Amino acid sequence: MSTTVAPRRPAAPAAPTPPSGGLTWRQRLGIWDFRYSPYLYISPFFVLFGIVGLFPLVYTFWVSLHEWSLIGGKGEFVGLGNYTQVIAQDNFWVGLRNTFSIFLLSGVTQTLGALLLAAVLNQNIRAKTFWRMGVLLPFVVAPVAVGVIFSKMFADQAGLINTLLEGVGLPSVGWHSDVLASHVAIATMVNFRWTGYVTLIFLAAMQAIPKELYEAAMIDGAGRVRQFLSVTVPMLRPTIIFVVITATIGGLQIFDEPRVFDQAGQGGSSRQWMTVTMYIYELGWGAQQSFGRAAAVSWILFLIIIGVGVLNYLLTRRIATGETTRTRTTPAAAPLVGTVPAGTAPAAATTAPVSDPPPTRTGKDPS
Amino acid sequence: MSTDPMVVGTAGTKAGKAAARARARRRRSATSNRPGWLTYAIMAVVLMLSAYPLYYSFLLGSSDAVSIAQTPVPSLIPEGNFLENATRVISSDIKFWPALLNSIIAATVTAASVVFFATLAGFAFSKLRFRGRGPLLVFLIATMAIPTQLSVVPLFILMAELGWTGRLEAVIVPGMVTAFGVFWMTQYLESALPYELIEAGRVDGCSMLRTFWHIVMPAARPAAAMLGLFTFIGSWTAFFWPFIVLGSANPTLPVSIQLLQASYFKDYSLILAGVTIAAAPLIILFLFAGRQLVAGVMQGAVKG
Repeated sequence: MSTTVAPRRPAAPAAPTPPSGGLTWRQRLGIWDFRYSPYLYISPFFVLFGIVGLFPLVYTFWVSLHEWSLIGGKGEFVGLGNYTQVIAQDNFWVGLRNTFSIFLLSGVTQTLGALLLAAVLNQNIRAKTFWRMGVLLPFVVAPVAVGVIFSKMFADQAGLINTLLEGVGLPSVGWHSDVLASHVAIATMVNFRWTGYVTLIFLAAMQAIPKELYEAAMIDGAGRVRQFLSVTVPMLRPTIIFVVITATIGGLQIFDEPRVFDQAGQGGSSRQWMTVTMYIYELGWGAQQSFGRAAAVSWILFLIIIGVGVLNYLLTRRIATGETTRTRTTPAAAPLVGTVPAGTAPAAATTAPVSDPPPTRTGKDPS
Repeated sequence: MSTDPMVVGTAGTKAGKAAARARARRRRSATSNRPGWLTYAIMAVVLMLSAYPLYYSFLLGSSDAVSIAQTPVPSLIPEGNFLENATRVISSDIKFWPALLNSIIAATVTAASVVFFATLAGFAFSKLRFRGRGPLLVFLIATMAIPTQLSVVPLFILMAELGWTGRLEAVIVPGMVTAFGVFWMTQYLESALPYELIEAGRVDGCSMLRTFWHIVMPAARPAAAMLGLFTFIGSWTAFFWPFIVLGSANPTLPVSIQLLQASYFKDYSLILAGVTIAAAPLIILFLFAGRQLVAGVMQGAVKG
């Protein structure tokens, strides 16, 4: 848009602007520039979100009310027919069970593991960056790659894990044939990729806890465990809530790892590890090719995720607050927003006395 | 420096010396409160757990089907078949070179585009005044909580209408600007970009776009680099949507890994050689930029 050049530069004489009375076009352009540019700058996000985010979300509901196939396109209106049909399927419930099981197995161990690991890293250790990079390494590996690697490690016959188990005298496990075992294996993949990441988020938040709190706790005779439970965990509350909620949103949509847990990608012979998102894929792009039903399941999962997200928020808030309600009275306002900058720089943005916008900047041309 | 200038300035030299002494004491205790061997042992185990599966992939990728079947726990010294397996991967029908090219293009374009548009919007949200700024920002942040993966059906219909199924645009365009990116840049510019600089630009007669280009962009560079890095990784590792919309005809690397696994499931030396090749670029990137990634996560990067 704006091709205005700094007026001092004589390099753009193409459009002569007589400085006669009234506003010149250039001045007018300057005002427009100042007034409307902000909207122009933020518009890419809102336009794109409208097209690939908001519209599809609403349209999913519309599709779910119709017969709608991958090839044939839109058919007749069936109301909630797709929903009732899907709910009557065993596979839907199996998928839901598997998704929740995997989500709980990975979410709980990941959060607890990351908390402990962050506490270990939060000490005054040598070569800090090296260890931090070490825990983050798996994050750069694609979930599909992780899935393929672990599916081999967790092979039922002649797999690495089973051989090691037998080596120490334990029975081998049917990692693919057994329902719960397959969930454990997939949760392990998820944890492999994410635990280090979450650890660093927790670590950043831990470093922001004022040292005085620990000193006070020490004077009160609190040991290290007690300090961790009574100072660290309550102070991390917003961060824990944030991590749990993002883990919920991501975890309930899990697809990549279970998709490649075997080469067929159906979630096992009796759908031991088929997740809801895999079911959506199968309904829409598998044998049925029913976009209507796939959309119906998408909407159900969407509502579930919102529900579980809210539930988790309330739950973590209660648990993490626990006994130390008095120590912290910060309002839980904007749990998602306020906690994102768990650590240093953006956190400083909210706490440090940022030079607040001077009142002169009121959308009017300063000249 | 032996005295604390802050303290000296406010309370005289004596207090400064006392502060210096206190600092020295703290430094001494800083070395004495180093944790014991147990901490390092734990960290070493964790490091092994995060590195071994990748090494395992390389080990099996350097092996062959027979030896994999015979020794479930591979020797830590790789066998010499990696190049041979890699050649087989490349010449197999998973379209290795197109997939690699697709991944490079998609990740690069997406990262560049996200950085540009997010910085632009972040500039507006953090430093410019306009009606509706607050509510729009709240709306933007709220969209991050929407599980967008669930709108694949209409998104696919849309792409089919556009004739983009099987084409790279379908993967690139929906990710060209993200709510997280905008939020991230807003947060950063809020604190890193002084108003004085923008004012100076305006006094000199810069247009908004010139201000953005010559003042905001340079100031945003550290955060922009991190955002670019994370976006690149996110795009490189994405599977669900490329899998649906591209399919096997015109895959990205993760899609072709899945193809590899589906078609050569009897020979894991081949599959894991492919996995290793596909993972290698980001692991190498990590060796150089890992420090920045750690800093980025700790400054509040959000999950995918």
